[in-house]
Amino acid sequence: MSVLVNKDTRLVVQGITGTEGGFHTQQMIEYGTNVVAGVTPGKGGQMFMDSVPVFDTVKDAVKIASANASVIFVPPAFAADAIMEAADAGIELVVCITEGIPTLDMINVHEFLKKRPKTTLIGPNCPGVITPGVAKIGIMPGFIHKPGKIGIISRSGTLTYEAVHQLGNAGFGQSTAIGIGGDPIIGTKHIDAVKLLNEDPETEAIVLIGEIGGSDEETAAAYIAKYVKKPVVAFIAGQTAPEGKRMGHAGAIIAGGKGTAAEKMEALAAAGIHVVKSPADIGNKMKEVLG
Amino acid sequence: MKIHEYQAKEILRSYGVAVPQGKIAFTVQEAEEAAKEIGLPVVVKAQIHAGGRGKGGGVKFAPTAQDVRQYASDILGMTLITHQTGPEGRLVKKVWIEEASNIAHEYYAGIVLDRASSKVTFMVSTEGGMEIEKVAEETPDKILKVGVDASVGLQAFQAREMAFSLGLTGSAFKNGVKFFLALYKAYIGTDASLFEINPLVVTQEGDVIALDAKADFDNNAMYRQKTLTPLRDFDEEEPLEIEADKSGLNYIKLDGNIGCMVNGAGLAMGTMDIIKLTGGEPANFLDVGGSASAETVEQGFRIILSDKNVKAVLINIFGGIVRCDRVANGVIQAIKNINTQVPIVVRLQGTNAEEGKKLLEESGMNIIAATELKDAAEKVVTTLGQTISK
Repeated sequence: MSVLVNKDTRLVVQGITGTEGGFHTQQMIEYGTNVVAGVTPGKGGQMFMDSVPVFDTVKDAVKIASANASVIFVPPAFAADAIMEAADAGIELVVCITEGIPTLDMINVHEFLKKRPKTTLIGPNCPGVITPGVAKIGIMPGFIHKPGKIGIISRSGTLTYEAVHQLGNAGFGQSTAIGIGGDPIIGTKHIDAVKLLNEDPETEAIVLIGEIGGSDEETAAAYIAKYVKKPVVAFIAGQTAPEGKRMGHAGAIIAGGKGTAAEKMEALAAAGIHVVKSPADIGNKMKEVLG
Repeated sequence: MKIHEYQAKEILRSYGVAVPQGKIAFTVQEAEEAAKEIGLPVVVKAQIHAGGRGKGGGVKFAPTAQDVRQYASDILGMTLITHQTGPEGRLVKKVWIEEASNIAHEYYAGIVLDRASSKVTFMVSTEGGMEIEKVAEETPDKILKVGVDASVGLQAFQAREMAFSLGLTGSAFKNGVKFFLALYKAYIGTDASLFEINPLVVTQEGDVIALDAKADFDNNAMYRQKTLTPLRDFDEEEPLEIEADKSGLNYIKLDGNIGCMVNGAGLAMGTMDIIKLTGGEPANFLDVGGSASAETVEQGFRIILSDKNVKAVLINIFGGIVRCDRVANGVIQAIKNINTQVPIVVRLQGTNAEEGKKLLEESGMNIIAATELKDAAEKVVTTLGQTISK
């Protein structure tokens, strides 16, 4: 068993006829993901790459193609609507890749999802989820991953790839890597992802990658201190970031002296987590911890 | 996107939030005319995107026409230094001339996104005029937080709760409730990310008004807030950051001498961190994004090198969607076009990394190749002759 994505995943791609959606659908299929449908309103009835049926609505994709997971590539102005459509159609896992969704739209999505507890949202503004060797939902390069025992949780895309690369060098594969996204409002937070990986028998240790802004890492640290016996290695990006500036990600900002890397590292260390200062030490630290 | 106080007040007024009458002035003469029109006494307020203007000498009470002339000529053209501008300060190019208010009490009101609850949240406090961060730290019980349910918006009972918590009574209470309800409408209507009314004032006449107004807006929502676009003041931004923004690059200038170009915000921050840990100082944050082309890489290079402090450059690309061979081509083309002598360390990893490395090697250019992150940071720090800290 792995978390979120497995061989029973039946994926619908929302925005499959767009450039990005199309490109990554091909990549996902090549990796072995079971893409059963696409959705682009007004293009229902078409076929994508002669093999994937395109529907007008997510409801149709669920009813006709039995989709149970969705990945969203639609532009920011329409992405919140796409998330709600997927949840309303009963999709269990919604992964939103789109970057740049207005915050007020995401607040509405958050309220909407509260009434649909069966749906788990990953992202937005994230690389997605991969269970190496089985399936990937998202835009990460599949070839750098290897099946294994380490679960990864991260707010950043390329920093996750860096961690995967270092773990590979140290001889470790991954159970599941979850890119939770860099926005201030995200569906699955660090703590939720920690719970999933903690309960997954195939995950033996966890890499947690955070960054400046908000207090989700601290919240996860408190949970880990209480409930998680598996070793956790953590890195927080933005130790040198100035206050009041958004560091690329909409959520990566130190405001009013809060959300600093130092605060987060301290909270994580106090929870018994192995915190590395340098992003180059993630793989080695895991090797040291697991012996 | 930040705007000036006078712009924020105009927006608030259009949503029915009570603000004092005022006029903007770019010259002393305009200031005098504005004061005449509004009626004395007035307050002369420097307009820059930073707080602490009063303490820095940028806000003056002017009872007479002579005072208006004096203060306007003092403030216009001054370099105002506050705790938010940094030591270099900010040049004042305009002043807001505002009717003086008969202040009875000063309070604080703010609206922000509370990330933990994912709700638009009001903060009100009796401690007007103070920095709210300080109040939150020292006397957190003096701040009332009210989270708004997005599906119904701010409710009257919540506005009453806030007005009661400030101890408002009579007409001030009624005006306070009205004020909070209107403020919420303005926040939602403009896709704001921050409103700060400090101080929020109750006058001797029982009016509740925004004596100061600070506003920030969600950049992701600008496509549907077209009326806000012209309010952007480029004079208040770092020129290189504006330049980068035009090319779709995310650049933030820092104080060090090692320029960095990285794909992805998290890795870009991580690269800055490792430079610092290795004994160097990053000169910037630069995320070239998920679809870096030869053109964007070249543009990124130009921006990094426009910063005269930059003595070496570290390029760290982990190819996912971005192909390393494309980045390598961009680097080669950029060095050819820009003709720079600055040492460049390039680390390529991920999609087509081998092809990228080969291109760099065969280019015959003076590029220092690195494979791992640690190695890359050490190489760039050593090129500057700096000691590597362990």
